[in-house]
Amino acid sequence: MDLNKLTIKQINSGLKNKDFSCKELTKNYIKAIEKKDKEINAFITTTFDLAIKQAEKIDDKIKKGGKIGLLSGVPASVKDCFCVKGVRATAGSNILKNYIPPYDATSVKKIKNSGVVILGKTNTDEFTMGSSTETSAFGPVKNPRDLERVAGGSSGGSAASIADDMAAFSLATDTGGSIRQPAAFCGVPGLKPTYGRVSRYGVMSMASSLDTIGILAKAVEDIAIVLEIIAGNDKRDSTTSPAKADNYLDELSGDIAGLKIGIPREYFIDGLNPEIKKAADQAIKKLKNLKCEIVEISLPHTEYAVAVYYIIAPSEISSNMARYDGIKYGYSAGSDKGEKAENLMEIYTKTRSKGFGDEVKRRIMIGTYALSAGYYDAYYKKANQARALIKKDFDSAFKSVDAILAPVTPSAAFKIGEKTGNPLDMYLEDIFTIPINLAGVPSLAVPFGNVGKLPVGVQIIGRHFDEKTVLKIGHYLSS
Amino acid sequence: MLTTKEIKHIAKLARLELTAEEEEKFSRQISSILEYVEKINKLDTKGIEPISQITGLENAVREDDIIDSVIQSDILKSAPDRDGNLFKVKSVFE
Repeated sequence: MDLNKLTIKQINSGLKNKDFSCKELTKNYIKAIEKKDKEINAFITTTFDLAIKQAEKIDDKIKKGGKIGLLSGVPASVKDCFCVKGVRATAGSNILKNYIPPYDATSVKKIKNSGVVILGKTNTDEFTMGSSTETSAFGPVKNPRDLERVAGGSSGGSAASIADDMAAFSLATDTGGSIRQPAAFCGVPGLKPTYGRVSRYGVMSMASSLDTIGILAKAVEDIAIVLEIIAGNDKRDSTTSPAKADNYLDELSGDIAGLKIGIPREYFIDGLNPEIKKAADQAIKKLKNLKCEIVEISLPHTEYAVAVYYIIAPSEISSNMARYDGIKYGYSAGSDKGEKAENLMEIYTKTRSKGFGDEVKRRIMIGTYALSAGYYDAYYKKANQARALIKKDFDSAFKSVDAILAPVTPSAAFKIGEKTGNPLDMYLEDIFTIPINLAGVPSLAVPFGNVGKLPVGVQIIGRHFDEKTVLKIGHYLSS
Repeated sequence: MLTTKEIKHIAKLARLELTAEEEEKFSRQISSILEYVEKINKLDTKGIEPISQITGLENAVREDDIIDSVIQSDILKSAPDRDGNLFKVKSVFE
């Protein structure tokens, strides 16, 4: 039995039946990371000692006959933009190279309380800004399916950790496709929940009106299990919904016959790889066989999404990144003996110029420009009006369909270094994932089909807070 | 195309210091991105209310209770420079 391939339910019954101990399971994962991660680079920081301690606690509980929940003893990875108390959190940036957070993110606290064993913090594009994990100050993540190619981004480390059996599930973030695109590139399922379904407290902000916390795992069922734990209102994040989370696991087994699935024609454009089109067609066929009704729909403002995003996101980024000033935490030119910062202004500029990488600087400057005197109406306000039109597209579609099926990416994983020279090229990678973040709706990427040896995927998009339907459809689609 | 003067001004507002080479590179790259996002001007947005909260939440309030938070000394451990229980900052006014 390969312990590292087990799903959460399988781990749970194995632990309960004493087929293996949690320590054994955890050690297996640690061995896998030690063996494979020098090449893959999925982890920035590992927490093996902590993991073993957590595992021993679970084993002790089992030995004493205590009841364990589904997530107890499940080894997981956490993207490096989440705060785990006492464990270095860099967010892929030199400016936080030595930052030790003094508290847990709400989602981290919830999985810890459920007995999850944390193996380490996964590599990400710097402050999650990128689509290939190549903007990380800690080097790119290699795609486990083809080492010359990117794992996608920004959650490339999380996706690779699942695809290469170095974790059972991973917590990550999705602001413009950062869970779904690497999930598709690495061939694992990944969920971006509705905006406000999961608390963002303790997760480093990128674009606050778009950031969501989600999950990558080996199976859709596992995602449902973890979502049930981390979803819900948090008084420390006032944008979380007061609406109660559903019983996602129970809902999975429900029938999908009769559901109406929309196919948006704007997602089947000329630039779409024909093999991905074929995969989507096969997914449609499968849903038809499961007695879903397939309806062609239109989301007419799709072509504006990337442009809208690259005004709204950098604007919010320029504001969020202002906190990195070399005074309260993180790298500071003021205490760097190699730097000469004579006054406060120089501490700010030297800290930020040395601490941030190019992509972060680019986005800060785009946002600063868009928000500067005289430009606000033309950029940020106009973009948020356009965002209303994009949301309306989805609202109207969901009057006639229960979910929408679309490709996740226009092509399979690209080569490392292929797109780093042209930022706009990289931005257009997210053409099919960005509209979903702008509309705030949930979307689940599931592996479906291949381009050569590379996996590709489809996404199932649902109404606000209707994760249960997208999970259910994804569950049937991938089983 | 952004001029060198403009990129210098933006960098200053953003508290970034650029080399001459970076000024050239970033003004070229940022100009092409700004040119791309201009396409939103093709949209008629007259009378459209801009999105402020995507799921429509309004007035999220909570009781003003005192709760346990991270203790001061833990936070101060991260300070690059401190004086006892205070963050040390260079003088703001010269």
